[in-house]
Amino acid sequence: MSTVRIPPTLRAATGGEKLVTVPGGTVREVIRELVTAHPGLGSQLLTQDGDLNRFVNAFLNDTDVRHLQALETPVGEADTLVLLPAMAGG
Amino acid sequence: MTVPTLTSPPRPTTRPDAATSAARITGMACRNCGLAQPLAVAYVCPACFGPLEVTYDYDVVARTLTREAVASRPPGIWRYLELLPVEAPPRRSLPVGSTPLIAADRLAAVLGVDRLWIKDDTRNPSLSFKDRPAAIAAARAVDFSLPALACASTGNLAGATAAAAAAVGLPAYVFIPADLESAKVEHALSYGATVVPIDGTYDDVNRLCLEIADETGWGFININLRPFYAEGSKTLAYEIAESLGWRSPDVIVAPIASGAMFTRVARGFEELAEIGIIDRRPIRFVGGQAAGCAPVATAFDAGTDVIEPVREPDTIVRSLAIGNPADGRYAVELARDSGGSVEAIPDGITAEAIRDVARLEGIFPETAGGVTLGAVAAAKRRGVIRAGDEVVALLTGNGLKTPDARTLGLEPGTGLAPVLRPSLSAFEAWLEARS
Repeated sequence: MSTVRIPPTLRAATGGEKLVTVPGGTVREVIRELVTAHPGLGSQLLTQDGDLNRFVNAFLNDTDVRHLQALETPVGEADTLVLLPAMAGG
Repeated sequence: MTVPTLTSPPRPTTRPDAATSAARITGMACRNCGLAQPLAVAYVCPACFGPLEVTYDYDVVARTLTREAVASRPPGIWRYLELLPVEAPPRRSLPVGSTPLIAADRLAAVLGVDRLWIKDDTRNPSLSFKDRPAAIAAARAVDFSLPALACASTGNLAGATAAAAAAVGLPAYVFIPADLESAKVEHALSYGATVVPIDGTYDDVNRLCLEIADETGWGFININLRPFYAEGSKTLAYEIAESLGWRSPDVIVAPIASGAMFTRVARGFEELAEIGIIDRRPIRFVGGQAAGCAPVATAFDAGTDVIEPVREPDTIVRSLAIGNPADGRYAVELARDSGGSVEAIPDGITAEAIRDVARLEGIFPETAGGVTLGAVAAAKRRGVIRAGDEVVALLTGNGLKTPDARTLGLEPGTGLAPVLRPSLSAFEAWLEARS
């Protein structure tokens, strides 16, 4: 079970939980399991095709998964996934 | 237009009353799905995670924002109050904006364009255009009773945030990449800000600030106050139009880091046409990025709007070194849809352009300015800038922030005389040897 850190903008869908433990061997599987456990996150995180919403950036252990293997990046038990809004900074 | 020398915050002499003011700002809406939201310290759509933007009733704006009304008001960004997301000019504010538009004939000849204007935003209070968005965000932070201002910065926003916080009496926390140019660090420190260096790139800094922004309750200028912050850059368009006698140019050339300024300048011109203060005519928008960190230029050339982030920027242009630009997709769309382009400029060209504009026009820009001027020449070669076009190039920061960049490609000591004895004979000997 890896850990997913939930930003404040998504916590309404997780009942206020900041840290959620989720099964899954890849980033895609972890996000899918997260949405299964908290269906309210679906419209914010995923497109209709099941890909990551373009306004969401995923970071595995503080590295943007686009610099790794994107949604197919392997996720281990000790790993932490963070989901953050893309529209910030500059 | 003259440089403002205000000692107190400018207040428009003609301004909407409270009831009208409340009506002209209608709230916020998601740029992606259009969901309306009340005005708040918020930046993300609760439905789709898209960006929130401030919305206006332009019919209400047009009632009081006329050419005559603007002309009657003091210099500075607040002269365009009705198109800004604040109810009234703040009680305390730096004298931001009303920077000059300068005819740059000698530089135009070197760059190969017929008519070139420079929007000289190197001379804002903290020496960059970032004073514009920072002023708006700071005013809103006061309205929202936030306890502190903060930002993630590539350098220019660091100084702007620190200065704006000092002006409104709030503490400032400035997060920067640890290897940022020392002049920018000292600049922010000088205003009393707490500078927090982070061992990483700007994108690492930005990610960290995203995680802490909503936890601290601080007003992060370019995160949880970003819908207000971004609006400040529209004032560049308003000032250019006013300086040109209330019309738009053929081409705007501006640097792209996150893409927020680039896209909001376009929005500014669109708004002026919407309220009837200028005629609506096409403007080609040309963006400049450093070749060592050019995710938007790469997407433009590839014909896609999908931005592939740059993990390790490699450029002297630190102010544009954002590998994962938030508004990158919108910047590509703007360049493409307007018939413009996004140009990737090598550092050597950037340094040469800095030297050219300094020696030919007496303006010393920081590295982003060199990129912008490199983009003017590149867009001319590409055919985006055509014969007879009127071009406005935005020089958005002062060269004193990046003094070493000028020397790239030069022999050490170029232009510097040897130390002379304080005697006439020594001077004459040096002068003779030189000629």
